[in-house]
Amino acid sequence: MAGYQSLYTRVQVVPPHYPGVPVQSGAFTRGTKTGLSYWLGRIGDTQIGPIYLGWTGLTSLLFGLAAFEIIGLNMWASVNWDPVEFIRQLPWLALEPPPAKYGLGLPPLNDGGWWLMAGLFLTISIMLWWLRTYRRARQLGMGTHVAWAFAAAIWLYLVCGFIRPFFMGSWSEAVPFGIFPHLDWTAAFSLRYGNLLYNPFHALSIVFLYGSVLLFAMHAGTVLSTVRFGGDREVEQITDRGTASERMALFWRWTMGFNASMESVHRWAWWFAVLCPLCGGIGILLTGTVVDNWYLWAIKHGVAPAYPAVVPPLADPALSGVMP
Amino acid sequence: MSMLNFERKYRVRGGTLIGGDLFDFWVGPFYVGFFGVSGAFFALLGTVMLAWGAAMGPTWNLWQISIAPPDLSYGLGAAPLYDGGLWQIVTICALGAFTSWMLREVEICRKLGIGYHVPIIFGSAILAYATLVVIRPVLLGAWGHGFPYGIYSHLDWVSNVGYQFLHFHYNPAHMVAVTFFFTTVLALAMHGGAILATANPKKGEVVKTAEHENTFFRDFIGYSIGALGIHRLGYFLALNAGIWSAICIVISGPFWTRGWPEWWSWWLNLPIWS
Repeated sequence: MAGYQSLYTRVQVVPPHYPGVPVQSGAFTRGTKTGLSYWLGRIGDTQIGPIYLGWTGLTSLLFGLAAFEIIGLNMWASVNWDPVEFIRQLPWLALEPPPAKYGLGLPPLNDGGWWLMAGLFLTISIMLWWLRTYRRARQLGMGTHVAWAFAAAIWLYLVCGFIRPFFMGSWSEAVPFGIFPHLDWTAAFSLRYGNLLYNPFHALSIVFLYGSVLLFAMHAGTVLSTVRFGGDREVEQITDRGTASERMALFWRWTMGFNASMESVHRWAWWFAVLCPLCGGIGILLTGTVVDNWYLWAIKHGVAPAYPAVVPPLADPALSGVMP
Repeated sequence: MSMLNFERKYRVRGGTLIGGDLFDFWVGPFYVGFFGVSGAFFALLGTVMLAWGAAMGPTWNLWQISIAPPDLSYGLGAAPLYDGGLWQIVTICALGAFTSWMLREVEICRKLGIGYHVPIIFGSAILAYATLVVIRPVLLGAWGHGFPYGIYSHLDWVSNVGYQFLHFHYNPAHMVAVTFFFTTVLALAMHGGAILATANPKKGEVVKTAEHENTFFRDFIGYSIGALGIHRLGYFLALNAGIWSAICIVISGPFWTRGWPEWWSWWLNLPIWS
């Protein structure tokens, strides 16, 4: 039995390196450098590279590096350029967005300006990387499904860092760069708007997050269990169904009365993965712009019970008219 | 009939773990088996208990129905039905139904001559659930530490338990779990997208091949894990998402009782800094 579980590759065949499907070249061309990793070969392909850098790849990496450097150097500056303290406090260090008083204006560099620049560069980098995702697929004559799934993630990123702050009228609403600081932002955001767990789009996003993990567990498990029948050759099984596909289909049909096909399971997968950030982005965008308190929203719409007041009512500091 | 056109030749007898040929039959598309019977029993009984609890409760509002665990004062004892006893029965039924479902999957795997990957990873999900409602409550000494069965009430439980540790995002195992969750979604998007893009190419092009999948990812990020490898990776990521979730909650209370932000002071106090 253990021999059929295909958890790792036991006998590695090392073929000559495959240069890849030919592509048209412009000023850039696909690299020729390839490597080989025995340990990667235990679970997947041994071959590393060749990579196609291209204009969009190169510029994306440069802008990404610039953003990374701005963030890192600002953090280092915040500990007076002490290298030991930089490492020691790194998880706590932040590059914070501008204070609220600047609104959507341009703040001085040391008061949020660096944050704005890092965000701009990171966004340019991500957009160029998206373009690369699209063009690499098109050059090979493939569909652009990966690029559009990536776009869903970019939507959530833009909502958090640009679209929602824009509608709130202040960059200060955006997420700081930093490991613990962005977690602090998340917790403060949830508390400020009456517990994000009551936000129905947050709930949907979590459903698709957990659902994606469930789907990948089901799909990966099903494929691995039929590897000895060729279940991993998915595109071949889509165009010419074999016994692997039939056993996969029957496994789920007999288990839960329903089965996807070899192609449709990947549509389920793509949509679950895409809807996770898509719903999340909608939920964040509505928070503070349309809905000020998700708990009160939930009571108003009859989905959450009104809990008895255990502390005397407090005035909402956000309604006192005092700007932070 | 509810049989697919290729299904008849796969419907063979045998492969059961228990009961021999007694329950070795199908109902519509469903395989039954001993564990189909036991699973149906637990699922039905549990659902009836939930409905009973709802009927005794203050509301039929689907969002607000909640079957709460017993008060902490009952410790690890049996509670009266309307004071957490229903929750205890539902929990037993849920574990019985989930385990039956897993073992039924094993029987189906044996019938089809395929590996046990799906029931094994489903077992890890059951373990995560058991961690929440059995293992952690037992370690803490009261069933009352389980979460309530209700759509919004279980969210309140998540909030309350989270804030008992001041800021749950600082829980290192929670960080690992969330990272595995997000990475699983990323890998799923890339895998689903790659297969769809290969089978549904640009207009006028013929269906592409595994060479195209590999070339796309090598061009794009310098490495393609391959058609077999991506499923091993996905399995590993999904498995770890569940396992680390279970770890992050079982250490909260039984092994760490203070705020999670405070836990990180070991890092700040390492002797290497001075």
